[in-house]
Amino acid sequence: MKLQRKSGLRALAVGAAAVSGALVLTACGSDNNSGSSSPSTGASNAAAGSIKCGSKGNLLASGSTAQQNAVNVWVKNYMQACPGTQINYKGTGSGAGVTEFLQGSTAFAGSDSALKPDQIAQSKKVCGGTGQAIDLPMVGGPIAVGYNLPGVSNLVLDAPTLAKIFNGKIVKWNDPAIAKLNPSAKLPSTAIQAFHRSDESGTTDNFTKYLIGAAGSEWPYSGGKAWQAKGGQSAQGSSGVAAQVKQTAGSIGYFELSYATAGSIPTVAVDTGASQPVQASSDNASKMIADAKVVGTGDDLSLKLDYATKADGAYPITLVTYEIVCDKGNKSATLGATKGFLSYIAGSGQQGLSGQGYAPIPAEINAKVRSTIDALS
Amino acid sequence: MDTTPTDSLAPPAPAGKTVTRAGDRVFLGLSRGSGILLLVIMAAIAVFLTVRTISAVSQDHGNFLTTFEWNADNTPPVFGIAVLAYGTVVSSVIAMVIALPVSIGIALFISHYAPRRVASPLAYVVDLLAAVPSIVYGLWGALYLVPHMQGLTAWLDQYLGWTVVFKQSAPGTAARSLFTVGILLAIMIIPIITNVSREVFRQVPRAHEEAALALGATRWEVVRMSVLPFARSGIVSASMLGLGRALGETMAVATVLSSSPVLTAHILDPAGGTFAQNIASHFGEATDFGRDALIASGLVLFVITLLVNGAARMIIARRKEYSGAAA
Repeated sequence: MKLQRKSGLRALAVGAAAVSGALVLTACGSDNNSGSSSPSTGASNAAAGSIKCGSKGNLLASGSTAQQNAVNVWVKNYMQACPGTQINYKGTGSGAGVTEFLQGSTAFAGSDSALKPDQIAQSKKVCGGTGQAIDLPMVGGPIAVGYNLPGVSNLVLDAPTLAKIFNGKIVKWNDPAIAKLNPSAKLPSTAIQAFHRSDESGTTDNFTKYLIGAAGSEWPYSGGKAWQAKGGQSAQGSSGVAAQVKQTAGSIGYFELSYATAGSIPTVAVDTGASQPVQASSDNASKMIADAKVVGTGDDLSLKLDYATKADGAYPITLVTYEIVCDKGNKSATLGATKGFLSYIAGSGQQGLSGQGYAPIPAEINAKVRSTIDALS
Repeated sequence: MDTTPTDSLAPPAPAGKTVTRAGDRVFLGLSRGSGILLLVIMAAIAVFLTVRTISAVSQDHGNFLTTFEWNADNTPPVFGIAVLAYGTVVSSVIAMVIALPVSIGIALFISHYAPRRVASPLAYVVDLLAAVPSIVYGLWGALYLVPHMQGLTAWLDQYLGWTVVFKQSAPGTAARSLFTVGILLAIMIIPIITNVSREVFRQVPRAHEEAALALGATRWEVVRMSVLPFARSGIVSASMLGLGRALGETMAVATVLSSSPVLTAHILDPAGGTFAQNIASHFGEATDFGRDALIASGLVLFVITLLVNGAARMIIARRKEYSGAAA
C-alpha cells in the first residue's frame, strides 16, 4: 500500500510538472495581460452588429502575442456573428507564426515585424506560385517606459537619456542629464535599476528600434529580439518586467501600455522636441503611426516609423503589428473566411481597440489595407 | 533444519527440461522490447542532438565554448555557452551545499528521532513538497523570495564582502541572482534527497544499531557509527537525483534569475544564466537556426548530466564493499 501511494504521488508530480511545463512553454514571450484580455469592452461588442461574413470555413492562424488580446476579441465577435466559421489564433510568437505560415500550415500570420526579403521570396511557394506574402498593418500600440521612483511623478526623459540609462551609462537618478529634463523634480541619489526582457520578444525589438532611430550613437547595438546591451537586469515576459518595476524602488523598464495601466505604474513622458513631452497613450501612438511611411512594394503595406519625429502628440515608442497573407494564390478553402475576417478587423474591428491599450491604424493607411483585402485572391 | 518450508511447498520441477508457456514468451518479449526501446530512444535523442548541434556550431561566429553572449538569431550568429555552463554549475553547487545537510537532517529526524505520530505526517508533507510544480516555485521565488532576500544579501555583502564571492557590485540591486536561484533550487531538491535518504536510513540493519547501543553508544553515536556509514552510497545517489533536477530546472530559474551575458564570481549580482533557462527564454521567438543553437546548448547539458551520473555511479561502486549496501 505504502509503495503504491508513493508512486501515485510521484506520478502526480511528474504529470503536474509536465502540464505546467507545457503551459509555460506556450506562454513563453507572451505579451498577454489578463487585466486587459477580458473581452468586455462595450465598443467592440457594439461593433459586432456590423460584421459582414465571408464564406464559411476553418481558419488557422498563429503569431504575434502582442496583438493576441485584440485578436481574441475579434475572433469572439466574428464567430458570434458568423456561425459556421471557426477561427483559431495561437500566440506562438512572431517568428514561429511566420515560419508556420511559410510552411503553409496557417491561413495568415500575425507578426510584430514586416517580412524580410528572403521570407517574401520563400513565400512564393505557399502562395501558389503566382502570389507572394504581404504585410497588412492591423493594430499598433504604445510601449510604455514605466518607473518606480518614490516621490517623483511626471518623469520626463528623451531618447539619448533613455539609451544611456538602459546602456548603463547613467547609473544614478540624480544624474545631470535627468535633472536637466526634470527641473522641478526632487531626484534621489539612488542607483537606477534598469529592467529588460530576458526572453526574446518583439517588444524588445521595437523598443531598441526606437533607441537606434532616435538616440543615434548613444545606442551602438544592431537591434533585434534579444537584448544586446550590457548591464541592467532582466525578467521573463512583459508581465515579469512590470512586476519587477512595481516591487523594486529605483527601477525602470519597458512594456506594453496595458501592463502599466493594470499595475498602476507611472510611465515616462518622452521629450521628442515637440512643444510638450508626449505621454504614452493609444491616441498618441495612433498619431505616430499616422505619420508613418509605407515602404512595402506593391500590395505590401509595411510601415516605417519616423522615430525621430518632433510632431506634437506623437508618441515615438510605438509598435505596429501586421497580418501576413498571400496577395494571390491563397488556398481556396480558406480564402473566403480569411477575407471576411480581415475585412471585419480592418473595418469595424478597429473601434474599441484603444480601450485595450492598443492603437487603431489611422484612416489613410487603413483605407489602403481595406482595398488590399478586398483584392485578395 | 534439514527440510525448509520452501522445499516442501515448491512445485516439483521436471529435471533437465524447462517448460515455457505462452505467457512466459509474451512477457520475455515485452520486457526485452522495453529494454531495447529505451536504448533506441536514448540513441535517437543523442543522434538528433548531435546532428542539429553540428549544423549550428559550424556556423557560429563566436567560440561556442568561450563566448559569453547568446545572439544566435543575429547575422552573423554569435553564441557560446561559457556563462550558461558556469551559471548552471554554480547555482547547482549552491543548491547542493544548502540542501544536502538539511535533507539528511530531515531524513534522520523522520527515521530515527521523531515519534511515530510526528514522523509520518512529516514524511507526507515532504512528499507534498516534491509535488509542487516548478513554475509555482518560480512564481513564489520571483514575487516573494526575491524581495525578502534583500536583507540577507545586504548582510552578506557587508560582512562577507571581503571573500569576493559575496561582494555585490551594486549594493541594493534586486536579489535576482544565482545565489537566490541556488536557494530556490535547494528548496526544490530537498524533498527528493530527503525521501531517498529516509528509505536508505530505514534499511540500516537493526542488528548494527543494537550492537552499537549495546556497546554504550548514544543516539548520535549510533547514527554516526552505524547509520551514516551504511547509508553513504544511498546518500550519494540521492544527492545525484537532486543534482540532476537542479541542473535541469527551467521555469523556476527563468522566472527568478535576471539573466545577462556576464560571467562574474560575485554570486549576489543579478547576472548569469543557466542552460535550461536560456533555452526557455529564447525558444519562443527563435528562428530555425536559433533553435538548432539552443539544441546545441541542450547537448552540452545532456553531456554534463551524463558525466555527473557517471561520477555518482563510480562513487557508489567504490563504496559498496564498505557499506554493505551491495546486499
